[in-house]
Amino acid sequence: MQGNIASAEGALAAGCTFFGGYPITPSTEVAEHMAARMPKIKGSCFIQMEDEIASMAAIIGAAWTGARSMTATSGPGFSLMMENIGYAVMTETPCVLVNIQRGGPSTGQPTMGAQGDMMQVRFGSHGDYSIIALCPSSVQECFDLTAKAFNLADRFRTPVFLMADEVIGHMREKLEIPDSVEIVRPKTLPEGMLPFTPGPDGVPGFAPFGTGRYTHVTGLTHDERGYPDTTNPARHDALVRRLVSKIEDARHEIADYTIVNEDAEYVFVCYGAPVRTVKEVVDKRKVPKTGYLQLRIVWPFPEELLKRFPKCRAFIVPEMNLGMIVREVGRHVKIPVIPVSRIGGELHTPEDLIEAVKIAESTT
Amino acid sequence: MRDEWFRADRLPHIYCAGCGNGTIVNCVLEAVSMTGWDRKNTVFLSGIGCSSRAPGYILTDSLHTTHGRAIAFATGVKMADPSLHVVVFTGDGDLAAIGGNHFIHACRRNIDLTVVCMNNHIYGMTGGQGSPTTPLGKTSTTTPYGASETPFDLVDLAVAAGANYVARWTSFHVKQLTEAVLNGLNTPGFSLIEVRCQCPTSYGRRNKYREPVDYITHLKAHAILKDKWESMEKSGQDMPADSFPVGEFVRRARPVMGVPDEA
Repeated sequence: MQGNIASAEGALAAGCTFFGGYPITPSTEVAEHMAARMPKIKGSCFIQMEDEIASMAAIIGAAWTGARSMTATSGPGFSLMMENIGYAVMTETPCVLVNIQRGGPSTGQPTMGAQGDMMQVRFGSHGDYSIIALCPSSVQECFDLTAKAFNLADRFRTPVFLMADEVIGHMREKLEIPDSVEIVRPKTLPEGMLPFTPGPDGVPGFAPFGTGRYTHVTGLTHDERGYPDTTNPARHDALVRRLVSKIEDARHEIADYTIVNEDAEYVFVCYGAPVRTVKEVVDKRKVPKTGYLQLRIVWPFPEELLKRFPKCRAFIVPEMNLGMIVREVGRHVKIPVIPVSRIGGELHTPEDLIEAVKIAESTT
Repeated sequence: MRDEWFRADRLPHIYCAGCGNGTIVNCVLEAVSMTGWDRKNTVFLSGIGCSSRAPGYILTDSLHTTHGRAIAFATGVKMADPSLHVVVFTGDGDLAAIGGNHFIHACRRNIDLTVVCMNNHIYGMTGGQGSPTTPLGKTSTTTPYGASETPFDLVDLAVAAGANYVARWTSFHVKQLTEAVLNGLNTPGFSLIEVRCQCPTSYGRRNKYREPVDYITHLKAHAILKDKWESMEKSGQDMPADSFPVGEFVRRARPVMGVPDEA
């Protein structure tokens, strides 16, 4: 099965009942598969919107009826969604976005893979905030992580992003579909509790529309009733810090990763398609002194995991961009951090990474 | 009845003295209270601007969204749960400029929403800039020498794009407006009710309608009933300057989206 279709199936397994989308290469198969499957599932809705701005708006609207909702896009479409992504963050709306990354900027390379949106997903909408971003490196992970994305969205009441790429999205591999997937729905809003009063974990209970709680939802800075309060500095400070900390403080609970060779001296930090080349170098070719940290969740960045390699002399970060997560690694450690940047759409070769190990050896 | 729909703890509202929006909210809630709808199953949405603050004063679930996008959000609400009654407040800038694409596509889909557009010909919230409905020659902060672009006719747009119910009234015609909103609420499919209204603060002040009543008087004097307008057109008469037709322009039963399954 193809990665994009595995992602759609993962969403359906998780109980996604609303998909709003707009065609764009290389993510279109997700929408096409939902268009084929959802009309046959009672209570589900697939709708092709007039653009990506509307797609993002529609999934937020659907989420407020209590539906598990999702869209899928790439490159320019992701840019168009930015404003309403910020709205979803501010209004604490659980929803899932699949971004099948392609070469940018602008229209760039519609049919070629990239990881150039890794900073945009974290910082692309205006203002301070945090989000959760998952990165699959196989068709199986497309399924598993999409299903998981819905649970994280509900658990933390935030938009969650499946940051795949064209390589993984269009790859065909064997997929094992489990009989059922774990489903964690949002905490319900306790009786007598205001709709934006946070629980001890910083996350408010959820009262979807139609449940008689008369929730007012606004993208303006708001109080715990949801009413606008835009000129009180303390109000804004407390709200935005909570939106960030409810995710950042839970980064260890959220972290999803694989560590291989904790005693390695040269450690690859990898996510998405480059994981495949790293596995070839470390697991198969067993290049001496190497190990890796695969991040299936890149944001919030689990920096403590970097301490799990006590003998590490240098981190090597292969990415299909000109160096994004390598900066995040670099700001948490005092040893050399070496980027291996590759853009244009091709994967790193094992030789690229072995060469990087040699450079690391010669400089440490 | 109507008062039950107000979110009393949000008052006083932010509208300027003499603003037409309060009158329109009043008419809409009067109409909504006549439908027999349960507040629990009714959702108000809006975009950004003066018009879009209205849902914040109504005691239902409500979504105050991003600029121009309320109809797209409403599409998600209504398609995900067709049992909900969904009403959108918008303004001329929100609907016809930044939200124009969502507007025409919602008409085309004929999705079961009622959209009330408070058309005051101006961006009030940001301090009086020209909009796609600012009449030719009228002054705003971005048309200091008079608007030079031809305005949109929102009614023609909605009719052409396929809406099932389209009406236009003004903040003077409160009875007719209330009835039109009620018709819109009761008509399956997309309903647009355009309401021309006064903005003394940003529009009136720059266009010789300084007092609220000045522009209400103007609206009353220049609104011509649709049937009369059409017969005047047919007989080849010159239309009086600044006049515009009011009434019900279309009520039809094209196929709709977003209504509960019959089964």
